[in-house]
Amino acid sequence: MTNTVACAEKADVILITGSNTTENHPVISAGVKRAVESGRTKLIVVDPRYIKIAGFADIFMRQNLGSDVAWLNGMMHVIIKEDLYDKDFVAERTEGFEELKASVEKYTPAHVEEISGIPADLLVEAARMYAGAKVASILYCMGITQHTSGTDNVKSLANLAMLCGNLGMPGGGVNPLRGQNNVQGACDMGGLPNVYTAYQAVNSEEVARKMEGAWGVEGVSLELGMKATEMIPAAHDGRLKALYVLGENPLVSDADLNHAEKSLANLELMVVQDLFMTETAEMADVVLPGRCFAEKDGTFSNTERRVQRVRQAVEAPGEAWDDWKIIGEIATRMGYPMSYGNAEEIFEEIRQVTPSYAGITYERIAVEGLHWPCLNEEHPGTPILHSTQFTRGKGMFHAIDWQPPAETADAEYPLYLTTGRVLYQYHTGTMTMRSEGLMDRAPESFVEISPKDAATYGIEDGTRVNIASRRGTINALVKVSHKAVDGTVFIPFHYAHAAANKLTNAALDPVSGIPEFKVCAVKLSAES
Amino acid sequence: MTDQNILVMNGNEFTFEPGETILDVARRHSVDIPTLCHLKGATPTGACRICVVEVEGARTLLAACATPAGKNMVIRTESPQVVEARRTILKLMLASGNHNCAARGSDEQDWTAFQLAVEAGDGSNKLCPTWGDCRLQDLAYRYQVDGEGHPGTASPYPLEDVNPMIVRDFSRCILCGRCVQACNEIQVNKAISFGFRGAETKIIAAGDKPLKDSDCVFCGECVQVCPVAALVEKNPRYDVRPWETEQVRTTCTYCGVGCQIHLHVRDNKVVKVTGVEDMAPNYGSLCVKGRFGFDFIHAPDRLTKPLVRKNGQLEETSWEEALDFVADKLGQIKKDHGPNSIGLLTSARVSNEENYVAQKFARAVIKTNNVDHCARL
Repeated sequence: MTNTVACAEKADVILITGSNTTENHPVISAGVKRAVESGRTKLIVVDPRYIKIAGFADIFMRQNLGSDVAWLNGMMHVIIKEDLYDKDFVAERTEGFEELKASVEKYTPAHVEEISGIPADLLVEAARMYAGAKVASILYCMGITQHTSGTDNVKSLANLAMLCGNLGMPGGGVNPLRGQNNVQGACDMGGLPNVYTAYQAVNSEEVARKMEGAWGVEGVSLELGMKATEMIPAAHDGRLKALYVLGENPLVSDADLNHAEKSLANLELMVVQDLFMTETAEMADVVLPGRCFAEKDGTFSNTERRVQRVRQAVEAPGEAWDDWKIIGEIATRMGYPMSYGNAEEIFEEIRQVTPSYAGITYERIAVEGLHWPCLNEEHPGTPILHSTQFTRGKGMFHAIDWQPPAETADAEYPLYLTTGRVLYQYHTGTMTMRSEGLMDRAPESFVEISPKDAATYGIEDGTRVNIASRRGTINALVKVSHKAVDGTVFIPFHYAHAAANKLTNAALDPVSGIPEFKVCAVKLSAES
Repeated sequence: MTDQNILVMNGNEFTFEPGETILDVARRHSVDIPTLCHLKGATPTGACRICVVEVEGARTLLAACATPAGKNMVIRTESPQVVEARRTILKLMLASGNHNCAARGSDEQDWTAFQLAVEAGDGSNKLCPTWGDCRLQDLAYRYQVDGEGHPGTASPYPLEDVNPMIVRDFSRCILCGRCVQACNEIQVNKAISFGFRGAETKIIAAGDKPLKDSDCVFCGECVQVCPVAALVEKNPRYDVRPWETEQVRTTCTYCGVGCQIHLHVRDNKVVKVTGVEDMAPNYGSLCVKGRFGFDFIHAPDRLTKPLVRKNGQLEETSWEEALDFVADKLGQIKKDHGPNSIGLLTSARVSNEENYVAQKFARAVIKTNNVDHCARL
């Protein structure tokens, strides 16, 4: 997030898109709801489902799956045409405005309606509302990113925010709501194929020499590595021989699972470090017991870039070890001694090689976490990014054209499928499915379908159906719901027994490598 | 001087900001005015009147939580009149409902009959589940009152325990309304409200249905703010007493909000989770997963020993053997096929320290940048 969690309550207008906020980030949604209820804040929700937060919206727009660039360009078309944009901000802080202006020219509300299904007058109203705010915040989540056009979608949101000067102040910003406790930290720490900690490029000679010096090694690779979504095909065609998996369950979370399973079976060595015998662990050659959050010390970095302490509360069961200790032991056996006494020692090393974390110490965050960048021990942290300039100096507008999703509905697969989470489950369910209360509320998978589609396909609430895509078939309980839009069904991806990801399309966004989990074509048939 | 926003509280002059209540001013200056129904961040209701104070010139005692601070007010927060009023309120509260702790008092015979009646409704012969962690009990001790001398009034509503997470015990509800405010004004789930009237008053969900059939999303905000034992987590309800537990402050392990939580630990076991009050980013609030989704920590099927596949089966082995096997095999594959034939999926679930060590291992030891995690999934 460019801004903080608390910031949403300072916005005049909040635009939420691609985020089922009340189910996936309930505590953030509470802040949004409080702001709306107070009368201070107006809310625009754009989502293919009539999710709960939509009930709080002043304007709710339901877009066709994969049409985000179109409606965002449409909003900018209106804002430029009606001269509602922030001219000072555009002049002083950005570049590329003319190209943006030209690119959104053809996205008239009428044209956008054809692509997105959003009524033209509603789009105009939303554009005026967003542009009319003194400060407006954008909250988005995987509904924006999990598309073949995911990067374009995010850039379009940034375009919109810059156009209206909504960056760098309390209550503004472009705010991705991160779905996992430490996904921010995993990225910050260089858990990515192209960067070391703090996003230092692996293909920079200078950075490589610095890291070699810090680590006392030679010959680190300057080549970009494979993304997770590239490792699977690499395993399939034999380029990848070994995979070390730390606390992940790709055999439920990846797109096109049947393909993923075949690919992983092809590996010479798969090591899985986890809490439980997950679907992925069952295929492994070696399974190593790790510790859960309650059994370890360390830090997590949350969605607002706040580095916060994790503290050990209980002893780990049996012979479960800290994950860092396991890896350190293997490194040592491979000829590189890596022995840390505790988590804080590792954090002290992180500070040395990670400029944005340099000023953070366990002592400073004992009570309240700090937002990176925090450059030295006197630095107060940075709750709000880009307040005087962007990382690259001026903010760059990207002229972007709408592209349809990789797979569209046709005669054989007439319905669209979109996937996501439910409130009571989390990701692949490794943790939540062991909770009595959560399982009581959400015991099994379902396919959510609109009343009209249910009637068309002769499907009744509470019965079971087969759902098939070009990649697989699953069976799930029918939930007829007004949440669903006609022509699109929704299935949560948590449940291995009816894994939505057997159906999803592994087509990737060309830049981010994110699969198009949010759009694929399916057909339904009564259980035989 | 009189133009300034100054008032006198217990003989001390305090400044105040326009819009502050008497309670706000008191808290800011560390004057302890007791509250029961008051909930930070919600509209003051003045419902319980335990925070009443004496203001010179006012005809009655005023609720500090709902009365705006005024210029030159002369306030006494613990005058004999105030203390007497609080004692009366507490006595009535203790006398109505199943407050079976020592604070209730009673001669022996009456206690036996009372306790038996409580047991019948509650299914337990123990003292109140929030004994030792009860605002009403604390105040009863502070003001040295018990419920004796008042005829007990039983609740007309049976206990609700039909969901695995929250028990609603109307017999111990003091109708302070904190839960209603937490649900409507803090979490804005709008699942519960006041229902019925007079002696029949009850906190209801969806036209008086069990929580599981209402709009309740089991965030448990109501449980955390309940000052008595009307709303209690089901599992630790009678099993865990607060003096047996230690609280460890940490960060929730589910989504990216990073809620600050207290793990309540007894005998090396997490028995309860609560949100850390007054602390960003969640200020005490949690969701159902954070509050009730911790069973996995102590699940019987946790992995406890390293496993290595032998003859097609994963078999338990020693750490030495497992680590040697992995190190040898990775070394061999690196030698035969080069470092880029090895990939490492680190994790958005583990700590910064562990992610750092994992990517360092890939880059410094294996010498590949094939490092990623499930940020994209």
